[in-house]
Amino acid sequence: MAKRIDVEGLNAWYGGFQALADVNMTIEPKQVTAFIGPSGCGKSTFLRSLNRMHEVVPGARVAGRVLLDDQDIYADGVDPVAVRRSIGMVFQRPNPFPTMSVRDNVAAGLKLNGVRKKSQLDDVVERSLRQAGLWDEVSHRLNRPGGGLSGGQQQRLCIARAIAVEPEVLLMDEPCSSLDPISTLRIEDLIGELKDEYTIVIVTHNMQEAARVSDVTAFFNIAGAGEPGRLIECGPTTKIFTKPDDTRTEDYITGRFG
Amino acid sequence: MAVAAPTSEPLAPRQTREVRRGDRVFRGLTLGSGLLILILIVAIATFLVWKAIPAFRISGLHFFTEKGWFPDAKPAKFGVAAIAFGTVLSSVIALILVVPVAIGAALALTELAPRRLGTVGGYVMDVLAAVPSVVYGLWGVFFLVPKLIPPQRWLSVHASFIPLFQNKSNTFGRSVFAASVVLAIMVLPIVAAIAREVFRQVPRAHREAALALGATRWETIRMAVLPPSRSGVVGAVMLGLGRALGETIAVALVLAATFNINLRVLEPGGNTIAANIATKFGEAGIVGREALIASGLVLFAITLAVNMAARAVVYRSTRIAEGKV
Repeated sequence: MAKRIDVEGLNAWYGGFQALADVNMTIEPKQVTAFIGPSGCGKSTFLRSLNRMHEVVPGARVAGRVLLDDQDIYADGVDPVAVRRSIGMVFQRPNPFPTMSVRDNVAAGLKLNGVRKKSQLDDVVERSLRQAGLWDEVSHRLNRPGGGLSGGQQQRLCIARAIAVEPEVLLMDEPCSSLDPISTLRIEDLIGELKDEYTIVIVTHNMQEAARVSDVTAFFNIAGAGEPGRLIECGPTTKIFTKPDDTRTEDYITGRFG
Repeated sequence: MAVAAPTSEPLAPRQTREVRRGDRVFRGLTLGSGLLILILIVAIATFLVWKAIPAFRISGLHFFTEKGWFPDAKPAKFGVAAIAFGTVLSSVIALILVVPVAIGAALALTELAPRRLGTVGGYVMDVLAAVPSVVYGLWGVFFLVPKLIPPQRWLSVHASFIPLFQNKSNTFGRSVFAASVVLAIMVLPIVAAIAREVFRQVPRAHREAALALGATRWETIRMAVLPPSRSGVVGAVMLGLGRALGETIAVALVLAATFNINLRVLEPGGNTIAANIATKFGEAGIVGREALIASGLVLFAITLAVNMAARAVVYRSTRIAEGKV
């Protein structure tokens, strides 16, 4: 079930380049937390360090602590594979497995967990697709390849795939940035429904989107090229968008830079 | 946008014509190249059939059942049964040996090795693939074949419950198995290099999708890398098979050419169509040459048939995967 995340002193590097410096924040369960900020500010890097996906990039590493309900996911002996099984992720570009059917895409995570029973798989596939708001559109073509769906449908398929394993946290990296406005709206509605069950973290370039979907907003920024990204301010979304504490946040959300 | 061209002005006609000419030239080139390949294949087939007809006239249907090769004897007695069998057997064994190693090597470089090692290893693999296979063949014949005697002896002693590995002659070395190992080494670099290229084409996003679901490296390979690569890998294996089927000198050097059909692959003897052509062509008389050309036609047909069968398998399995069947 939904868990809370405490981040303490997180730094992230790509080879010799530090992308993120000294981030401390708490992400509350059953809320939507949005990360906003200009390109290169480290918000995607930060998101990817929350499920140990940052380190799959060659040369990338992380220092600091990320506590998932008091369990440090970067502690010695923690298996990153196990971490990723309990923290789901949705990417910027929809990435269903192209040769797998719609059904197999949704069931992929369960099969990794060793679930083989067909009736159980079918139940989860239907439940996940219904939750992702895709069931009515694909129920008659579950055996067709996932790559044959439209962009918006593919992204909802990816969400269904992520929630099929009932993760404790759902991370979304600009999930709507490659979608049309109608698909975007559907996904945003879906995020609103999913937050009853999951801790949701969403990275977005779109400030209106952050304002629409999130309860808490965190603003990241870089001082200049080559500098690491830092967390500037984090607070209730209404506060960040109306009277932020930091002038840099205010400049960004009022469009004065970035 | 203010940058849109004013519509009242006619488009510059000269420029348009040049663009169209470029299109036409390109179209002509591609179409011509495509047709050339078709024409070449038809021409080769026609030549082979034309030149082979006299041999078929002499041997009739025995051409496909006769094992021996005495085309210039009186009366002539020859057929491809033994050499076609040897060709297919040695190539199949070679591929059985090559495919897992080649795919494993390609996956090691693309999926497991650190980036720098993967890049360097990839270059090395491409260079190895560009070396003419006869170089590997010579190394295999003079260095490897003697070294293969003990393992073959071991197999014949410990695995003789499999009829394939029985050896009643108790001599080892110049066997179909040894020829297959040499063939395997010759085709390994090309299959591995192409497989590596195929795996590299799989988008990073698909690997990340699997990793983010909590897949291990092996599970990521199985879920995200292998399925979309299937058709490309089959293509790589087919190219390897083409090389193995047509390989000549190395096989001729390894095999003690005999014209029999023998599934006991550790026993000496056996022959292939290509090796037979190479060794017999110089001394062949008129009928002998025609007979060799006829055997070449059979090799042509085998290659074509295997290729089409493999394509059909890929096509079918893809359609099943897409739920169209």
